[in-house]
Amino acid sequence: MSGVGHLLRYIAEPGLLSSGPVRIAALVGAVVAITSGAVGVFTVTRGQSFAGHSLADVATTGGSGAFLIGLNQFWGFLVFGVGAAAFMEIIGVQRRRGRDVATGVILGAALGAAALFLYLGSETTSTTGASFTILFGSIFVIASSTVPVLVASGLIALIVVVALSRVLLLSSLSPDIAAARGVPVRLVGAVYLIALAVSVSLSAVAIGAVLSTALLIGPAATALRVARGPGRAMATSAVIGVIATWLGIVLAYDSYYWPPRGHGWPVSFFIVAFVFVFYLLTYLRRPSRPGRGQVAQTAADPAGQAGPGERACSAAS
Amino acid sequence: MTENASRAGSGELLRLDGIDVRLSGREILRDVGFAIRPGEFTGLIGPNGAGKTTILRVILGLQAPSSGTVILAGEPRGKSGRSRAGSLVGYVPQKLLIEPDMPLRVRDVVALGIDGNRLGIPFPSRARRELVTSTLRAVGADGYADARVGELSGGEQQRVLIAHALISQPKLLLLDEPLANLDIRSAQGIVAVLAKLAREQQIAVLISAHDMNPLAPVMDRIVYVAAGRAAVGSSEEVLRTDVLSKLYGQHVDVLRVHGRVVIVAGEDGADPASPGALTGQPDPVFGSGAA
Ligand SMILES: Nc1ncnc2c1ncn2[C@@H]1O[C@H](COP(=O)(O)OP(=O)(O)O)[C@@H](O)[C@H]1O
Ligand SMILES: [Mg+2]
Repeated sequence: MSGVGHLLRYIAEPGLLSSGPVRIAALVGAVVAITSGAVGVFTVTRGQSFAGHSLADVATTGGSGAFLIGLNQFWGFLVFGVGAAAFMEIIGVQRRRGRDVATGVILGAALGAAALFLYLGSETTSTTGASFTILFGSIFVIASSTVPVLVASGLIALIVVVALSRVLLLSSLSPDIAAARGVPVRLVGAVYLIALAVSVSLSAVAIGAVLSTALLIGPAATALRVARGPGRAMATSAVIGVIATWLGIVLAYDSYYWPPRGHGWPVSFFIVAFVFVFYLLTYLRRPSRPGRGQVAQTAADPAGQAGPGERACSAAS
Repeated sequence: MTENASRAGSGELLRLDGIDVRLSGREILRDVGFAIRPGEFTGLIGPNGAGKTTILRVILGLQAPSSGTVILAGEPRGKSGRSRAGSLVGYVPQKLLIEPDMPLRVRDVVALGIDGNRLGIPFPSRARRELVTSTLRAVGADGYADARVGELSGGEQQRVLIAHALISQPKLLLLDEPLANLDIRSAQGIVAVLAKLAREQQIAVLISAHDMNPLAPVMDRIVYVAAGRAAVGSSEEVLRTDVLSKLYGQHVDVLRVHGRVVIVAGEDGADPASPGALTGQPDPVFGSGAA
């Protein structure tokens, strides 16, 4: 940590790490990035990024509604996100397709309600910053009293997903194999969807409801292009998310001294930009030895020629 | 092989009796029954849509029959009791193609066969690693243990999935059309691996296929399925014009061409002289269980 701090002193404004909001942002940002990173790996492999986006849309309604009645927006994100997850499970969104249209209409209505809440909210409180906070994040204005709740929710979602990781992988490989081995596939999917909703809610607090899935999908998609095993993919995804978040915080803090003077650039912009850049960087990597499978195949082929029933597979070893 | 099988107790590992299955009001299977003994290599043969996958799903407990019984290792399968199949039965589903972004190496997929149904993360150990490696060796897939499974060819993926099914040391291996879409040499390689497992480890193999010819040299018995009904016996007993005509409910001819068995429809079916009949295409008869 001190090494990092040393490095930061060169690239960032002095006072960065002594600022209370920055410390909170760094802590909450890390928790959010780690949770989203691990959860996101399964979102991508299960082909559920659409579900993630849907949860984020509904969470926006919850966050703006909470703001309207004077509650902490996290509770709004969380209650609506988890509620939407339960609803999606009931109508069977997990089984993909077919429900697209109905889901699209519902999401449109949810965002419409969010627009109304934000409008009413800004009318009564005359704080124009509030809608911006809900839509695009508030990592520098997190009240220290909500930090324990955010950290605890993140840890719970993380633990749940790590505990379910093998079962989730087996279900992604083949729901039939999983079911035949006694895995309650549908229940596992529902629990995962709730963990996803918690993760999206946290991400909405950090980088905003509109951008929350960027931190969920981006690092995971990047990690899945470079890491092989599932454990490594989750760890890589989490690390990418944390780096993007911390770099974003540093630059956002710094940007108070950039033009236009006196207006910092939004931290969410930097975080999402870094996530995007990391993803692009994976395309610069040379693809991993494409011939490998074919080499192995030729090694096994004498087996086929030896004729069925003969000492075929010993030839491959 | 059969001598070895009879040594293992009463002999029957699996017995299906009078299995009927109805799905959304349609009769899919009618009075299907057969038994399998340890180490036996059984082909579940029939055209597309005949009901092969449904039979395998009934055995696995994924599909409840509307009547009939499944007895696995001496115990009847309850209507809801699917957990028993867990370690006794290994399963390779049909048309399972793993996408390239699946973050699983070959050894991860095989390790999921040990305890992929458990919570938590596995404790990595040498024994575990060696079990995975030796299982991969048994199916001739140890050459690509660290490759990403989604980047392998179809035949290589099949070997990996067989290793996944095998690692929990099942007594019965169910494979649903593992040879579909494979070139002849890959298919022969897989068949050889399976025959060896049946012979040397006394694992009963029940393998479904719409083309029986790649399996012909190794099958002990055939369960021939057509239009939801099954005929059971040795290939001489089952692959006969009268038996299959009765099964299909219309006249079919069983032809032996260049050492291959080809089944063609009589008057109102496909043209027996169609090129498919001679070039080794899958049974050119009924496209999809139309009979
Ligand atoms: N869930 C289902 N509902 C209704 N019919 C089904 C269902 N699944 C399969 N079928 C029908 O059952 C028949 C047998 O299917 P299947 O067992 O998959 O055949 P096979 O594996 O031999 O190709 C087919 O006609 C198929 O259309
Ligand atoms: Mg089938």
